Amino acid sequence: MWSILQLEFMQHALAAGMLAALACGVIGPLVVVNRLVFLAGGVAHAAFGGIGLAFYFGFAPTAGALSFSLVSAMVMGSITSGRRQRSDTIVGVLWAVGMALGVVLIDLTPGYNVDLMSYLFGSILAVPASDLPVMAALDLLIVLVIGLFYRHYLAISYDEEFARVAGVPVRLLYFVLLALIAVSVVMLIRIVGLVLVIALLTIPAYMAEQRTGSLWTMMMVSAALAMVFTIAGLGLAVAANLSSGASIILVAAGCFFLDLVVTRLRQGMGRPSGAAS
Amino acid sequence: MLTPSPSQAIAPPPGPVPAAGSAIEVDGLYFAYDGEWVLEDVHLSIPERTFLAVLGPNGSGKTTLLKLLLGILKPARGRVRVFDKAPELVSERFGYVPQNTNINQSFPVSVGDVVLMGRLGRGLRLRRRTKRDQELVRTALERVGMWSKRDRKMAALSGGERQRVLIARALAVDPRVLFMDEPTASVDAVFQTELYSLLKTLNETMTIVVVSHDLSVLSSYVGAVACVNRKVFYHDSAELTTEMIDRVYHCPVELIAHGFPHRVLRDHRDS
Repeated sequence: MWSILQLEFMQHALAAGMLAALACGVIGPLVVVNRLVFLAGGVAHAAFGGIGLAFYFGFAPTAGALSFSLVSAMVMGSITSGRRQRSDTIVGVLWAVGMALGVVLIDLTPGYNVDLMSYLFGSILAVPASDLPVMAALDLLIVLVIGLFYRHYLAISYDEEFARVAGVPVRLLYFVLLALIAVSVVMLIRIVGLVLVIALLTIPAYMAEQRTGSLWTMMMVSAALAMVFTIAGLGLAVAANLSSGASIILVAAGCFFLDLVVTRLRQGMGRPSGAAS
Repeated sequence: MLTPSPSQAIAPPPGPVPAAGSAIEVDGLYFAYDGEWVLEDVHLSIPERTFLAVLGPNGSGKTTLLKLLLGILKPARGRVRVFDKAPELVSERFGYVPQNTNINQSFPVSVGDVVLMGRLGRGLRLRRRTKRDQELVRTALERVGMWSKRDRKMAALSGGERQRVLIARALAVDPRVLFMDEPTASVDAVFQTELYSLLKTLNETMTIVVVSHDLSVLSSYVGAVACVNRKVFYHDSAELTTEMIDRVYHCPVELIAHGFPHRVLRDHRDS
């Protein structure tokens, strides 16, 4: 096991995993408490359109994914923040259109055999060293923005209407949050792929919410959990020769259900028998 | 397309003209949800340090009126002025207690942090909490009897306790106007009485607007009443007349000065 850590690609994979886990630890709780899970999923899938575009015109896929996820996040945000009705439908449409556009553009790209699987399900073992400083910079951006405006984000997440009356620029903060979600999603696509992004944004945050008394401890605990899941999943993938992204998600999901069962059992024991509903 | 029909069936009472120190002015206000008028031709002139009760049956537009005064909603026609400005320009001095205390029940946040949200202020100022912030938070929590529970998680509180915390959050703003939407909906009778005597004290320094369907408790504390049922009838006296209630509820309502338990008002609406 230790010899495998000597391998350069393995070190890169671990570093990338930790950086992505930090982003999802900070952003995941905000996604969960603001009920933006579906929107985050839509952004992740719409990003695939950008990846297709990048292949067709021959520029970096990460740039394509980032620009598409940013644009789709803004579009979904302006639709959801205005009229709540039917906004989930629009998110669903953009979700599918982004995917379809990506597939068609890759079809049209002449003589190019793109490894679609690595975008759909992640390729943490193929992260180039050059990606690491970019990921670190994006992490710094996320931590800085959320850290500086923590009290504002706490207020708008807890009670948007009260925050608006108090004079907090709710809309601006909301769109900045959406941009940070888009950035995190692109980082996570590298690790677990766009299909599995939602799991890594929500599972650690949900498990952390049950155990913490404040938003920032929820962020710390979810970052720690995301790191543990990534390391364990990566270990499992290497040991059993499985897909890394799917292994990470299955480890996370396993812990999630175990946690759910243990919590239920504990609640059941606290009550008189037969009271469980 | 909306075609407002400013019917003159019931003209708003002329009301007194508060020459100076008017806190809230509403002129010819209309508001619609999905093409249906919720509020029509509303005129209000509320002097500073009024204790105003906004009464009306469910679905009468009380909460809508409150949100228009707060600047959360924008009128379709007409205008709202608070201290001679658009409400959203002065709303950092509004203390707002929303109706729904069950928002985000599992949200990981402590009582103290919720009340501290009242101290954010306008814009994106980056500042540490000051001594004054801490004092205001403490005073607010003491006033509602929740200081000892300041480190508790909101999720661990009862509905009534959450309501108290949201009242404290509004007081921590150090408001010039306090807007409360059904503040007694989930609190016990003892706190209800405490709350109204607290409001009476606060009323010496601030304007208070309380939305309620609870006629009996309000009648002994309020200085003015606005009855809402799509139209608004303003009375600058604490006396509730049966005629006023009849107009709004469209059914005979029995008036009792201090009556527990609540009477259930039948919802008669002209359609």
